[in-house]
Amino acid sequence: MSLFAFDSLTEEEKYDRFLERINAGEKIEADDWMPDDYRKQLLKLIPMHGISEIMGALPEKEWVPKAPSLRRKLAIMSKVQDEMGHGQLLLRVAEDLMRPLGKRREDIMEDLLTGRLKFHNVFHMEAPTWGDAGVIAWLVDGAAIISQTMMLTTSYAPYGRALKRICAEEVFHAQHGEAIVMALAEGTDEQRQMLQDAVNRWWESLLMFFGPDTSKRTGNSNQDKNIMYKLRTKSNEELRQDFLTKYIPRIHSIGLTVPDETLHYDEEEEMWVYQQPDWDKFKQIVSNNGPRSQARLRLREISHENNEWVREALGKKQTMQTASV
Amino acid sequence: MVEYNTAQEVEKDAAYKKELVELLYQLADDDFILAFRGSEWLGIAPHIEEDVAFSSISQDKMGHAVIYYEMLEELGEGKADDLAHLREPKERKNAIILEEVNGPGNYLEEPEYDWAFAVVRNYFYDISKAIRLSSLKNSSYKPLAQVAKKMILEQYYHLTHWNMWFTQLINATDEAKKRMRQAIDKVWKDFDGVLTLGPSAKEMARLGLIKEEQELKDKWMTEIKEVFEKLGVELPTNDGPGMERGDGRNGEHTEDLTTALQTLSEVYKVDPAAGW
Ligand SMILES: [Fe+2]
Ligand SMILES: [Fe+2]
Repeated sequence: MSLFAFDSLTEEEKYDRFLERINAGEKIEADDWMPDDYRKQLLKLIPMHGISEIMGALPEKEWVPKAPSLRRKLAIMSKVQDEMGHGQLLLRVAEDLMRPLGKRREDIMEDLLTGRLKFHNVFHMEAPTWGDAGVIAWLVDGAAIISQTMMLTTSYAPYGRALKRICAEEVFHAQHGEAIVMALAEGTDEQRQMLQDAVNRWWESLLMFFGPDTSKRTGNSNQDKNIMYKLRTKSNEELRQDFLTKYIPRIHSIGLTVPDETLHYDEEEEMWVYQQPDWDKFKQIVSNNGPRSQARLRLREISHENNEWVREALGKKQTMQTASV
Repeated sequence: MVEYNTAQEVEKDAAYKKELVELLYQLADDDFILAFRGSEWLGIAPHIEEDVAFSSISQDKMGHAVIYYEMLEELGEGKADDLAHLREPKERKNAIILEEVNGPGNYLEEPEYDWAFAVVRNYFYDISKAIRLSSLKNSSYKPLAQVAKKMILEQYYHLTHWNMWFTQLINATDEAKKRMRQAIDKVWKDFDGVLTLGPSAKEMARLGLIKEEQELKDKWMTEIKEVFEKLGVELPTNDGPGMERGDGRNGEHTEDLTTALQTLSEVYKVDPAAGW
C-alpha cells in the first residue's frame, strides 16, 4: 500500500493493517505507524527492562571491590559494566519511543525515583555474601536469559536488535556465575555453606522473577496483550517451567538443594510442581518496599544530586556526552 | 648495559633483581589502588555512558596491575593474589594521592563522591603513566618492555578520555571552574608522590630499568604546562607538585589505604588458601 493510501485510512483500518503486519511476522520500526496502545505497552516494557539492568548492577556492584581474587575482580567489573551497557542500550530504544510524547531520559529517572517506574523484584533483595554474587550471575542471569531469549522475536525491531546484543553478553555472565558457584561448591565447608545459604535466600525471588502465572494473582493483564502484539511468545508460567527444567538438575548435580520440599516434576502433567511464592510479598517488593529498595534508589538519587553540577557544565558545552540519567 | 630476557636470568643478579622488584611493586600498587578507587564509582558516575567508559578504563588499569603482580610472582615474590590482597599497608608502594577516598561516604552508603577529583587525579595520573610506559618500552628487563608496548595502546584511550573531561569541565560553569580548581590544588599537593620513583630511583636508572626520575618529571611538567596554558588556567605553583603527606614509595600511607585494603581483601582473607 502506498504511503498516501495508508494516510487516508481511518484509525481503525490502520489498526487492522498493523495487526496484519505483525501477524505476518513483519517487524515494526521506530518511525512506523503504531497504535497508541502498542506504544504504551512498549513503554511499560522497555523502560522497566532498561532501568532494571541499571538497578541490577547495584547488588553486584557491592561485591566488585571485594571480589576475592584478581581474576574475579576483573570478571565482575566487566560483568557489571555490561549490565550498565544493557541499560544504556535499552534506554536509547525507550527514548525513541518517548520522543513523540515529548518525554526524555530524565523523565525515566524521575519516574524511577518517584516510584512510578518499577524495577525487577530480584534487584530489591539483599546480597550479603560473595555467594550471592555467584548466585545472582548464575541464576538471576540464567532466568534473564530465558525471558530475554523468548523476546528475541519481538515485533518491535529496535527492541529485538538490543536484545540480540544483550543475549550474546548474557551467555558470558552465566559462565562467570557458574565459575564462581563451582569454585564455592568445590571449596571448603564454609564456602559450600555460603553458597547454599545464598541459594536459599534467592529461591523465592527467582520464582517471582517470571511474574505470577495468571493475571488473577496480581490483577494485571499485560501478559495477554503482549502476546497479541507479538512482544512475547510465552506466558510467565511457561518461562518459569523452562527455568526449572534447565536449572533444577544443575543445582542438584553440584550437591545443592532448593528450599522447597514440595518441588517435584509431575510426569503426568508434564510440569514442575512447586510451592507458590508469596505474591503479596512480591507486590510489596516491586512497590519499592523490598529489603534494599530504598538503599539502592538512594544510590541513584545521590549520584543524580552529586553530579548535577557536571550535567550543568556539560549542558553549557553541548556534546555527545550529555545524555544523562 | 645489561639486559635480561627472563625472570630466571635475573636470579643470578641480586642487585638488579632488588631494583626490578622495587619498580614492579610501585607500578603494580599504583595501578591496583587507583583501579580499586575507580571500581567504587561503578553505578554512580555522572551518566550511564560514563559509567560504562570509566569501568572499562578501571578494568584496563586493574589488568595492568595483574600483569605486574604476575611478573613479581615469576620473580619469586609469592602468589599474585597474595601480593594484591595480603600485603600490609607499610609494604605498599603506591603514591598517597592514589589511595585517597573518592569523597565523603562509602561506596555502599551515601557516596558523596567528587567527580572533579576523579577527573583531575585520573588525568594527571594517566599523563604520568603514559610517560612512564614510553620509557619502559626500552627497559633493560625485556618482559617489562614487552608489556609496556601493549599497555601504551590502551593508555592512549584513557588519556584521551580524561583529557576530554578535563577540557570540558575546566572552563564550563562557575561552579565547575571552582570545583576543578579545588581538585587541582588538592591533587597538586601530593602528586609528586606519583612522579617519584622512590629512594633507589638513581639505581633503577643506572641499571636501565627506567629513565632518570628527573627526566620523567620534567616531561610531565612540560605536558601539564602546555595543557594549562592552552586552556588559560593557572598552575598552582611553578616548581612542580608536592609530597605533603609523605612518600608512598617508602611505605608511608594514610588511613584511607588501610580501609581500602580491608574492603578489597575482605572475602579473600576468609581463606587465602581456598580457591575462589
Ligand atoms: Fe543484562
Ligand atoms: Fe547479565
